[in-house]
Amino acid sequence: MTVLAVERLTKQFAGRDSPAVNAVSFEVQTGATVGIVGESGSGKSTLARCVAGLIRADSGSVRLNGVEVVGASPREKRIFRRDMQMVFQDPFASLSPRMTVEELVGEGILVHGLEKNSTKRRDLVVSTLEKVGLSAEHLKRYPRSFSGGQRQRIAIARAIAVRPMLLICDEPVSSLDVSVQAQVLNLLRDLHRDLDLSILFIAHDLAVVKYLCESVVVMSDGVAVEYGSREQIFDDPQHAYTQSLLRAVPVPDPSIERARRAARQQ
Amino acid sequence: MLEISDLRVSYPATEGRVEVVHGVDLRLERGSRVALVGESGSGKSVTARAVLQLDQDAAYSGSIRLDGEELLGMSARRIRSIRGFKVGLVFQDPLTSLNPVMRVGWQIMQPLVIRGVDKKEARRRGVELLERLGVAEAGVRFDDYPHQFSGGMRQRVVIAIAVIAEPELLIADEPTTALDVRVQAQVLELLRDIAEERGLSVLLITHDLGIVAGFAEHVVVMRNGLVVERNDVDTLYASPSHPYTRGLLRAVPKIDGDPAQRLLSVDEIAEETQ
Repeated sequence: MTVLAVERLTKQFAGRDSPAVNAVSFEVQTGATVGIVGESGSGKSTLARCVAGLIRADSGSVRLNGVEVVGASPREKRIFRRDMQMVFQDPFASLSPRMTVEELVGEGILVHGLEKNSTKRRDLVVSTLEKVGLSAEHLKRYPRSFSGGQRQRIAIARAIAVRPMLLICDEPVSSLDVSVQAQVLNLLRDLHRDLDLSILFIAHDLAVVKYLCESVVVMSDGVAVEYGSREQIFDDPQHAYTQSLLRAVPVPDPSIERARRAARQQ
Repeated sequence: MLEISDLRVSYPATEGRVEVVHGVDLRLERGSRVALVGESGSGKSVTARAVLQLDQDAAYSGSIRLDGEELLGMSARRIRSIRGFKVGLVFQDPLTSLNPVMRVGWQIMQPLVIRGVDKKEARRRGVELLERLGVAEAGVRFDDYPHQFSGGMRQRVVIAIAVIAEPELLIADEPTTALDVRVQAQVLELLRDIAEERGLSVLLITHDLGIVAGFAEHVVVMRNGLVVERNDVDTLYASPSHPYTRGLLRAVPKIDGDPAQRLLSVDEIAEETQ
């Protein structure tokens, strides 16, 4: 089943010559992980924000479970705001410093009326925290007492607490150290597997996208230049831009790097 | 040519001082490229910045010798005279390391002008260097301001400033972290070519083990203010001896890796080896 269908989505910012997102189409199936990869200025974050309804697209269509997001009424928006949750790059900026972990993770459950009984709501928060590797002992603490990786876990718990159909992650690991990055990537993979969660994953790091995503959209100057399965994009890229991106990604192997350098100098 | 021994660096804290580098030894031979690798808080940048004592409130002990000359305890004036002439610096963010209200050409020429080189000659060498660094129409771009350059072009300007006075040592602290992957590849290639052409030694500070494999001959891995492993680049990648190095190598997704193979965090590796 298709969770998300994006068709010819276009967004142009005032005063710019060309659209930030230009007629982009792709789909996310139930339980699939789709990556959007591109360099800075490629439009990947704008695309994610248009999909999430945080920015109003100029034209095109975004359907979440068949319901149109672009130009939706406030009533319809309430529904998809629960069904689509976002995790942002900077867990220092995305969590309110004045809310405890319990309030942060429980807020969506309360707002969307999923559990009105406060004891049961706390149980729900605790079980969500356990899914991301935290526990009841963290309930009363504030974001400031957590590291970057733990904060990103809290942000993920906050997002999945309302049982969304789609999780949109915009560069969720790019501000984290590599060992913490591995933990968060593994967490997203486990959640995807255990909860059958559909994930739209935006990143500039191609190796990270390859690790997590089953299909990939490659963006350049607002255009989706290539869209295919993980195997096709990484093993048999068709577009010259995708090829040039892949050639530039460093490989942590000195002999491979020596061979690449020799090839470049010829 | 650079010999750091038993370097300790501390900073003032609310109570007393906090030591962040706990006795680091590091040697750099002339013309060699060494990478200092670690995560945030490892002390890699603090160690590199100690060479020119860039942080005013840091206290240093141990020894840092450049060409046999002791740098620790040297007067601020003498240190300044070394900066740019014997040691060039390239930092992560090319926007903050350039003066936004000065033309890039003026900034590139400064190390030569200060040294008494004739302005015309300084300009000629500046334009030539910028051209060598792959800036198209270097003669015209020379009179532009930093904001008129893209990130990758700005970093080329910073490299030009760092190497124009022909230093012997280049310290590059995360020089490509702020750049897109294709620009990163170009800038690293340029840095390496320039270093080889000019017989420059390079100390590359980075968190990224990917770029180290293609750039450095020797690698020093730091964690929590200590060196945990040092080796030549081939040995380090083929058979890392310290659990932390093994952890770092297995924690990073690889572009040529099998996605089915689960990443391991550094902590998991440490548990595995216990």
